[in-house]
Amino acid sequence: MKVVAKRPEALTDVRLTYCPGCLHGVAHRIIAESVDELGIKERTIGIAPVGCAVFAYRFFACDMVQVPHGRAPAVATGMRRARPGAIVFTYQGDGDLAAIGTAETVHSANRNENISVFFINNAVYGMTGGQMAPTTLPGMRATTSPYGRDVSDTGFPMRVCEMLATLEMPNYIERVSLLSPKEIVKAKKAVKKALKYTMEGRGFSFVEMISTCPTNWGLDPVSSREWARENMLPVFPPGLFKDRSAGAKPGAEKE
Amino acid sequence: MGEKILMKGNEAVAEAAIRAGCRHYFAYPITPQNELVEYMAKRMPKVNGTFLQAESELAAINMVLGAAACGVRAMTSSSSPGISLKQEGISYIAACRLPAVIVNVTRGGPGLGNIAPMMCDYFQATRGGGHGDYYTPVLCPSTVQEFADHAPLAFEIAERYLTPVLILADGLLGQMMEPVEFPEKTPVPKDQSDWCVGPWEGKRTSHHVINSLFIVPEDLEEKTRILFEVYEEIKKNEIRYETYNMESNPSLVVAAAGTAARVTKSAIDELKAEGIEVGLVRPITLWPFPSEAVAKAASGAKKMLVIELNMGQMVEDIRLAVSGACPVEFAGKAGGVVFTPEDIAALIKEKM
Amino acid sequence: MQTRILCGGFGGQGVLLIGKLVAQAGMAEGKHVTWLPSYGPEMRGGTANVMTVVSDKPVGSPIFTQMDVLVALNHPSLEKFGPDAKKGALILINASNCGELPLDMPEVRAVRIPFTRMAEEIGNTKAANMVALGALVELTGCVAMRSIEDDLRHMLGKSKPELFEQNMEAMRRGAEKARELA
Repeated sequence: MKVVAKRPEALTDVRLTYCPGCLHGVAHRIIAESVDELGIKERTIGIAPVGCAVFAYRFFACDMVQVPHGRAPAVATGMRRARPGAIVFTYQGDGDLAAIGTAETVHSANRNENISVFFINNAVYGMTGGQMAPTTLPGMRATTSPYGRDVSDTGFPMRVCEMLATLEMPNYIERVSLLSPKEIVKAKKAVKKALKYTMEGRGFSFVEMISTCPTNWGLDPVSSREWARENMLPVFPPGLFKDRSAGAKPGAEKE
Repeated sequence: MGEKILMKGNEAVAEAAIRAGCRHYFAYPITPQNELVEYMAKRMPKVNGTFLQAESELAAINMVLGAAACGVRAMTSSSSPGISLKQEGISYIAACRLPAVIVNVTRGGPGLGNIAPMMCDYFQATRGGGHGDYYTPVLCPSTVQEFADHAPLAFEIAERYLTPVLILADGLLGQMMEPVEFPEKTPVPKDQSDWCVGPWEGKRTSHHVINSLFIVPEDLEEKTRILFEVYEEIKKNEIRYETYNMESNPSLVVAAAGTAARVTKSAIDELKAEGIEVGLVRPITLWPFPSEAVAKAASGAKKMLVIELNMGQMVEDIRLAVSGACPVEFAGKAGGVVFTPEDIAALIKEKM
Repeated sequence: MQTRILCGGFGGQGVLLIGKLVAQAGMAEGKHVTWLPSYGPEMRGGTANVMTVVSDKPVGSPIFTQMDVLVALNHPSLEKFGPDAKKGALILINASNCGELPLDMPEVRAVRIPFTRMAEEIGNTKAANMVALGALVELTGCVAMRSIEDDLRHMLGKSKPELFEQNMEAMRRGAEKARELA
């Protein structure tokens, strides 16, 4: 008998508590598979945000710390400075990373802090029940934008990759999507690259994953992906924004 | 002990923290504690330590959280408005049972207040400060020497009980220079390998989780119960205070902490020269509060006078401790105006 | 005995150093000392002052409103702090740039010495603070000249021997002038 598929070692046996059709499970899986493939489970510290993924500390089988809302990159900074040998990643949603934690995101990127930041963008606050996020689309309804997001009142959705890419220092910035198997394969490559860069001490790696929220969008899993493709990807186009280590030889790392 | 050095309180506590083995310090500038930040910026690279100027107080305390979670001695410092920002992180650090040291070189408030020495963060410091059911041990020095001595002590308490520890000094103590001697000994680090996170190949068989979320009420209740068992231990072992001229059986006893206490001591000496005996009880730990010592001091007195550099905060703990055994009166100054020994001597005469 | 000294002047005149050297000398002599500068926005405004206490007993308050000694290196300091000098206090006035005391104060001992001009005479305007320190030590005896010399030698003797000599010369001249006028 040959094992063709199994649960990654870097995930615990705890059953995921995310909603049906939610893509957090996919994001968790590709991170865990990458950790396994790189053989770094025992050197990795994951940081769980506040938001739906707050329970990530239960799901990953590497060391996990659950931290205040938006502060994950600051905590990661403290960890990397204390334990340079640790591979630290944060896992954050759009409210955590692009609203309350904007300063921590921007400044850790600007310091080229040697961490991986995984950003799950689904244009809505999930855990608190569907409120407007900094990435909510123009005209999109949320419980706190019940008449649709009015950009003249609440601003345009923030494109974090583009914003961070204006900084001189960050090492690697890429936006991917999780909307189809093909896109997921590509997303995994980005995640693995980020972790590899962290292993090699190359600095700040940032992977934004365009995701869905069937529950708060009021759509079924399949149509939520279609909706995201039609509406989110034009505002948040996938692509590579920065890869300063591309082609660099291992050993030419920062530290 | 080494030689005496004339140093600012801000610099002395920084040097003492480094000598106590602190190698990770994160902070954001604010007056009147900038000398502490600047001292760390200069010294940390020379001892292979980390100094990082954070983008905010929020970031700084969370960097401390991250470093402390990895089992290293980590510290931050600030002054009143900045400490308000740090309260979020302090609450998490307390809930996660992580050891860390936070220095508050206080200034006038509320709001932006001013940069003069005021002790108006007493309530914030002694009642947990952030959200949730918790406390942090609070050390309140009254000389530059004591400010320095409190750095290793704070790390010891933090690591013994796995709790954030606050050193509460006012701006006067931060800015003034006094002779200081540093102890030679560094507190022995406790083994933290059974809870801290970080690379663990070959050291353990399973991953560690540091968390303050307990969604099931019974689970959080149990966690809180354990936290309060620890607080009982701290109350049993860590209460510190000082008395002055109590052997004279004074009819009036002053209760004061920090700068107010040192000024009171001079007033007591002046009055003694005039044949007037006055005692002093000075809490050194503001939490846990030395209630028994205060009650004992009050038991032989006709009156207790609480002197504070605020509009009356510690007086509430004094009243609880004295519990009606004698009248408790209060005298305070706000805005960063500091009592002189002459002021206090006059005040005491008026109250006698 | 307790001596409360307030030194005031323009930023750059080295008033903080006067206080620091007195405090360090006092410390070396085993006395209790405190040193407290004006800080914050005040230090941006171009004036600086420092309160120094040297005492046989522990110092309760490093802050005082009335001083035993006022060293005014500029007129604004004399104007601001002069009226707070205690009965019997010594006021050392930089005659090079200070006017008269703002009040008629018969109960204080005001000594006018051209600190800045005397410093210029030895070739370093910046040493006006050291001329004042010499006069201060001569007239108060709150610390010994020798203690300051030892401290200065420790600070400058090896790295900047010429500056050490110049500072000592400034102090000596300040002390001499003070003796003449006393």
